[in-house]
Parts: sequence; C-alpha cells; structure tokens
Amino acid sequence: MDIVMKEQVQLALDERANKDVYVHLETTNGAYASHFDETFFSSGAYIRNAKLKYIHSKIAGNGPYRIGLKTDIGWVYAEGITHYEIDEHDRLLMAGHDFNGKLAVSLEISETPFE
Amino acid sequence: MEKERQVLVIFPHPDDEAFGVSGTIAKHIQNGTPVTYACLTLGEMGRNMGDPPFATRESLPHIRKQELQNAAKAMGITDLRMLGYRDKTVEFEPEDKLAQHMGELIKELNPSLIITFYPGYAVHPDHDATGAAVIHAVKNLPEQQRPKVYCVAFSNNCEEEIGAADIVHDVTEVADIKLNTLKAHVSQTQLMIKEMEESLKKQDPAVMARINQERFWTYQFD
Repeated sequence: MDIVMKEQVQLALDERANKDVYVHLETTNGAYASHFDETFFSSGAYIRNAKLKYIHSKIAGNGPYRIGLKTDIGWVYAEGITHYEIDEHDRLLMAGHDFNGKLAVSLEISETPFE
Repeated sequence: MEKERQVLVIFPHPDDEAFGVSGTIAKHIQNGTPVTYACLTLGEMGRNMGDPPFATRESLPHIRKQELQNAAKAMGITDLRMLGYRDKTVEFEPEDKLAQHMGELIKELNPSLIITFYPGYAVHPDHDATGAAVIHAVKNLPEQQRPKVYCVAFSNNCEEEIGAADIVHDVTEVADIKLNTLKAHVSQTQLMIKEMEESLKKQDPAVMARINQERFWTYQFD
C-alpha cells in the first residue's frame, strides 16, 4: 500500500460513484486490547460486501484522512485512513495503520463482490 | 511426554499453534505419532500487515495461507486441514453445527489426544468458540471413547480460576523447530521475533521459559 495521496484517492472515489459497488468497512482495536489493558474498552464494527451506490464522495483532512460516501438515503464514512492501493482487480483498498503499523480501520470499494 | 496414537490439533488461526504448541507437535512427530492440524480460518482479520505494510486486508489471507503451509512444513506436519471459516466470526456460527463439524473430524481421525483452546480462558472470541465446539463434540462421545483433551489457556484470570497447568512439556530440544515455526508466520511475528532473538541472546529467563515450556490443562469432563 502507498501513503494516501489525496487527489489520487479522490479521483479513484469519483470513478466508482453512481454505480453498484461492494463495500468492506471495518474498525478494530484487536481482540487482545482488553487483555493487555483491562481498562481499555474494546470496540469495533465490520461489514463485508454491503452493496450500495454512492452519489458523492469526499476525502477530508490533512492525514490521517476521513472519507465519506453519500448515498441516496444515507452515508458511509471512515476515519483514520493512512494508506491506499488500487489492486490487480481494480478495487480501491484504503486502510488506516496505527503508530505500530497495525491495521485499525479499513474501507474498500469494489465493483465485484469481495471473496 | 506420553506416546500418543494420533494427535489432533484444532485452532482457529494460523500462528495459534506457533507460540504455545509447536514444540509439543514437533516432539510428537519425532516420536512417530501422526499429527493432524485443523485450522479453522486463514486469519483474515489480522492487524499485523508488515511495517511498512506489505499486506492488505484482501491479500492477507493468501499470505497467511502460505505461511501456515510453511509452518506445517517446519513442524513436519503432513496433514494440514484448512476448514474455511472466517476470522472473528467463529463465535457467531451456530454452535451445534460447528460442534458437528469438529465431531466429524474426531470420528475420522480417532485421535488419542486433542489439543485446543480452553473455552472461557483463551482471550480471543474465536479461541473460546473453537475450544467450546471441540469440548461439545467430545462430550457427545460415549465416555470410554473420549480422547484426552489438552487445552491452552492464557487469560489473565486463568490460573486463579482453573489452577496451574497440569501438563508441562519441556521442548528445549526442539527449540530450533519452534523458532522456525514462529518465523514461518512472518507477517504476524516479524516484530516479535526481533525482540525475542535479542532476549534469547541475553538468555532472559522469562523468555527462555516461555519458549522452552509448553503448558496445558487437561479438560475435566465431569
């Protein structure tokens, strides 16, 4: 993955607007967060292959970045995005890696379902 | 270490075997005991992606599958089963179905010993769910047909609640195999190995004990 280049990501987001896409969205502290620190409140969410169509998108912030997708009747957003890649299947993969390099958030957009 | 007829190791993630069990597996294999490793997921949800990140959420399962195969090779395991579940969803599977799947494996392999996680004392929800499904499956067998089950536990409260491990294997003689197994899971262990090798050079007693002694709790069915 590469460090986010804001204009490049915005272009990639725009290219995928107004068509049916599959979305992977995930946030995580890791399953061991509360084991190593019992005062830590662990939380996370995960959705894979949500099928939707967004009509508008924006990457915001100065890094780590925030990304919002507006649909006809709602929103999708992710915060903490640091890296991106357009993979060999033309999927837009975006992720936020924490200060130790561990994945903390992931937002991915594909025109075909994820495995 | 007792000689077994057949060992069945059941864990949810590639690398679950590496830290606490790979020495024991290597010793069983050196003893001539067949060992089957059934791994439920490909660790799709791992957070270690390399630093700088070389894996993505989508490439990680492919990378970890290869690492798992390399680790199996390092231990000498020739029967590796990848069961096709998804990381972090194991606890959401219908428990009776999962137990049934485990039961089929047990029936096929007829192990004298099963190694899995201690349900409730294994921290990660997939660990607890896997252990629970295995225990459920073994409980379904008539008492005299039940294999021994050695469980791995490491929650902060485990010794307080279930006492000290009753089985401790010294695996010093296969420490190199264990280190190679850990190294095979490179995407997940890269950082840890670096620290570990430093400590090994200094002969840090806590690290030496963690590597050389593998601890298990025999599951009590009654």
